Amino acid sequence: MELLVSEGKSVSGSRWLLLHAAVVFAFLYLPIAVLIIYSFNGDGVGGFPPHHLTFDWYRILFADGPIWDSVLNSLQVALAAMVISLAFGVPAALALERAQFPGKALFRRLVLLPLILPGIITGLSLLMLFNVAGTKLSLLTIILGHGTALISVATTEVFAGLQKVDRAQEEASLDLGANYWQTFWRITVPNLKLPIIGAALLIFTLSMDEIAVSFFLIGRDNTLPLEIWGRLRRGITPEINAVSTIIFVFSLVAILLWYRLRVRGEGGSEIGLEIAEVADPV
Amino acid sequence: MPASGVRNIGMMTTSEIAMASVSSSVVRGPLLRIQNVAKSFGKNIVLRNISLDVAEGEFLTILGESGSGKTTLLRIIAGFETASGGEVWMGEERLDQQPPYRRRVNTVFQSYALFPHLTVEQNVAYGLRVAKRPEVEIASRVKEALDKVKMSAYAKSKPSKISGGQQQRVALARALVNRPRLLLLDEPLSALDANLRRQMQVELKSLQREVGISFIFVTHDQEEAMVMSDRIALLRSGELEQVATPREIYGRPATAYVAQFIGHTNLLKGQVQAGKVRSGPFTWSAALPDGPALFSLRPESLHLASQENAASGSVRISGKVRHQAFHGATELIRVECADGLILVVRIPGSAGALDNVELEFFPGDAVVVRESAERI
Amino acid sequence: MFSRAYKAAVTLPPLVWITVFLLAPYLLLFCYSFWSVSSEQTIVHSWNLANYNELVRVDVYWKTLLRSMWIAARVTMFSLLLGYPLAYFLSFYAGKKKNLFYQFVIIPLWVSYLVRAYAWKTILGSDGVLNTLLQYAHLTKHPLEFLLYSPFAVVLTLTHIYTPFAFLPIYAALEHIPRNLVEASHDLGATRGQTFWKVILPLSIPGVVAGATFAFVLSLGDFLAPLLLGGPSGIMISNIVVSLFGAAYNWPLGAAVSLCMLLLVVSLLFFSERLEKKWSFS
Repeated sequence: MELLVSEGKSVSGSRWLLLHAAVVFAFLYLPIAVLIIYSFNGDGVGGFPPHHLTFDWYRILFADGPIWDSVLNSLQVALAAMVISLAFGVPAALALERAQFPGKALFRRLVLLPLILPGIITGLSLLMLFNVAGTKLSLLTIILGHGTALISVATTEVFAGLQKVDRAQEEASLDLGANYWQTFWRITVPNLKLPIIGAALLIFTLSMDEIAVSFFLIGRDNTLPLEIWGRLRRGITPEINAVSTIIFVFSLVAILLWYRLRVRGEGGSEIGLEIAEVADPV
Repeated sequence: MPASGVRNIGMMTTSEIAMASVSSSVVRGPLLRIQNVAKSFGKNIVLRNISLDVAEGEFLTILGESGSGKTTLLRIIAGFETASGGEVWMGEERLDQQPPYRRRVNTVFQSYALFPHLTVEQNVAYGLRVAKRPEVEIASRVKEALDKVKMSAYAKSKPSKISGGQQQRVALARALVNRPRLLLLDEPLSALDANLRRQMQVELKSLQREVGISFIFVTHDQEEAMVMSDRIALLRSGELEQVATPREIYGRPATAYVAQFIGHTNLLKGQVQAGKVRSGPFTWSAALPDGPALFSLRPESLHLASQENAASGSVRISGKVRHQAFHGATELIRVECADGLILVVRIPGSAGALDNVELEFFPGDAVVVRESAERI
Repeated sequence: MFSRAYKAAVTLPPLVWITVFLLAPYLLLFCYSFWSVSSEQTIVHSWNLANYNELVRVDVYWKTLLRSMWIAARVTMFSLLLGYPLAYFLSFYAGKKKNLFYQFVIIPLWVSYLVRAYAWKTILGSDGVLNTLLQYAHLTKHPLEFLLYSPFAVVLTLTHIYTPFAFLPIYAALEHIPRNLVEASHDLGATRGQTFWKVILPLSIPGVVAGATFAFVLSLGDFLAPLLLGGPSGIMISNIVVSLFGAAYNWPLGAAVSLCMLLLVVSLLFFSERLEKKWSFS
């Protein structure tokens, strides 16, 4: 709603708010601007102002085998983690909303804990588990780690979505002769389409950028963030800026596509609101 | 669903089949039999000891205030709630142990519950599709059902694009296309405007006559119940207060609650002694046993009387009009009589402003009703 | 309406998965914290409180924990100071541009955490953007050394990272305030400022609590920003855990430190949940 009005005092109030917003946005975007600009800087990452604009770093990047291997690894991990988190997170949300069982409160807290718990604790606890079980660390252990930690995202998202679904929809389906299995696929899932897609995208993004859990569960193959981390420690080249710029552009495109999808589906709700919903404790 | 019916017959013994055929051809037992059904949510008792039969082809209305348990009763019949006690039978089949999708009962939901992601046509086809009927049959039955509710023009629309009244028709078609033996309707008209509502009452009633399926209709609106039903079951705080035809329930209410809930009434507390009733300023004769009694006197049973032509045998009283409400064809007036007794009287409209009036009624119109038990 | 079989089908798979991959590892963490390491670097499964004794005795542990909490507290404060007015501006003053602005708050989350942290290094370094600009403007003669490798750099970077996380729940809470309450307040004669203090702020407290919890807990457990930008004086508790699990190879002691963090986080969550309940009126 529009609250911009002509009272002298409040206009000056809203001007201060506008100024504040500009400062916050500058603060949020300054590093991103720097990162993009320096990806074209011939002199490397030091020095200001940047000189010698060049595409060299992008050329080097495209010839860099290990980086692309790690990108492929990260994509694999993110996709597999997405499947695991949804496969267990969606039923968990249904269970939390519709079933009563002993230990439900503990179950709820356990599922949601990785959302807020520092990633290193989840990571090293799983490391101990795999150590005790004698599992060799590999991409698989990272997948299990991400999949488990991100169940929380799927569950919160779908739980929030479930509360907006009219229960009578499912009753109507049962009433019309569909059994529970048919009702789940024909009515429950389509009704939860947006939360599920939203959760999937969010899980994918979070997994692509995850470091703390991966840090402990890494085997021979690096994920992209760990590859970058390794290089940052060895000494940095703007190649990292170049790869980040590319990922940033891809993300923007993905966001825009998702936004259009949602606008068409829902008449204009916002992307990223899923993060707010995740932040809203169940 | 038909498959389970066949299987049940297959499991019957010959004597059972004989009995079933006897009961259907000769006695024609009720379609649905509700026996001693009770329901509580934790400590909260919602229904107690409900027994009710629904006949083949009957239009039965469950009437009650919100919180009376009427929707819960409907949901037990549909299978969305499990009764805490009692049984529900459909013919020879125990219904209350079947999941909702095995019952030959369909529901029209209060909010219609049309599937938003499916078109009108797909909504109506839903039940046939999950029953894996051949597509040809589905197409023809869906078309027939949509024709019946005059919604064929909107077959390809999504539910969000059609009006409330149209959604209502689609919900009806979606339920009826499955040829249920019993249709449950949970306040289906409550979301509609008054005019559309009256129109749908008539349409719904004639549709029911046409398809010949038993309807159980839940509403809190007593006028709607009166207009549409073959019988009304009045539910109050989880117990049946009276089950009777609209005429009977209006003319011969069993309890004070029924008398007050259905239409307006004046309740008169009286004392019977040797064939004489004393109630406040009134006295009349009645063949009743001695003791206290409660009478319901409908506002239209009271008339304005003139001094000259007093009807013989009528009971008379004079009073002062305190309030007068114009209703078009009639007016409702509140008259204060002796001893502070207030009577509500329905008189023909356009009587003009009234002050002091003389009222009369015939003793036969004062119906004895039971005191309603206190229940919360 | 849901049968027992349905409830079991949605409850059991996530319950089993969570038990194996979350509950068991956390229990293992608990066990490890009471074990010890032998001189041959093997885990000795004898139960004792030696690790906890050491945590109390050696002051680097609790001093680092306190410093981490102090850093996290500052990050939380700055995130709220940046996030709240921004959320208020978006929700009540941004009119039709609300959604656009909202997207702009979310987009930085799609840029790798690591890369953004690294970009701050580019900005704060002695030949970085900020120092060069300051010298260019003759505000300083020599580069300011305290900008990088200091708690200041850590607080700045973590504030940058977690401001959107503080913003999101606050924005969600503000958006949930029925607008007719604001109109009613104006109608009853309250000015814009009075309405903010008496109606809007109290109703947004649950969002503030959720946002603050996010910012505090996530920054408390961070270990990358301190490694990249913190220098020796910016080391945080997670860095100690990482080194105990890595080079120092003392898993039991690391487990004890982690368990303390875990308890701290869980009790914080407990209090924030109570606080949110107290301030939610619907």
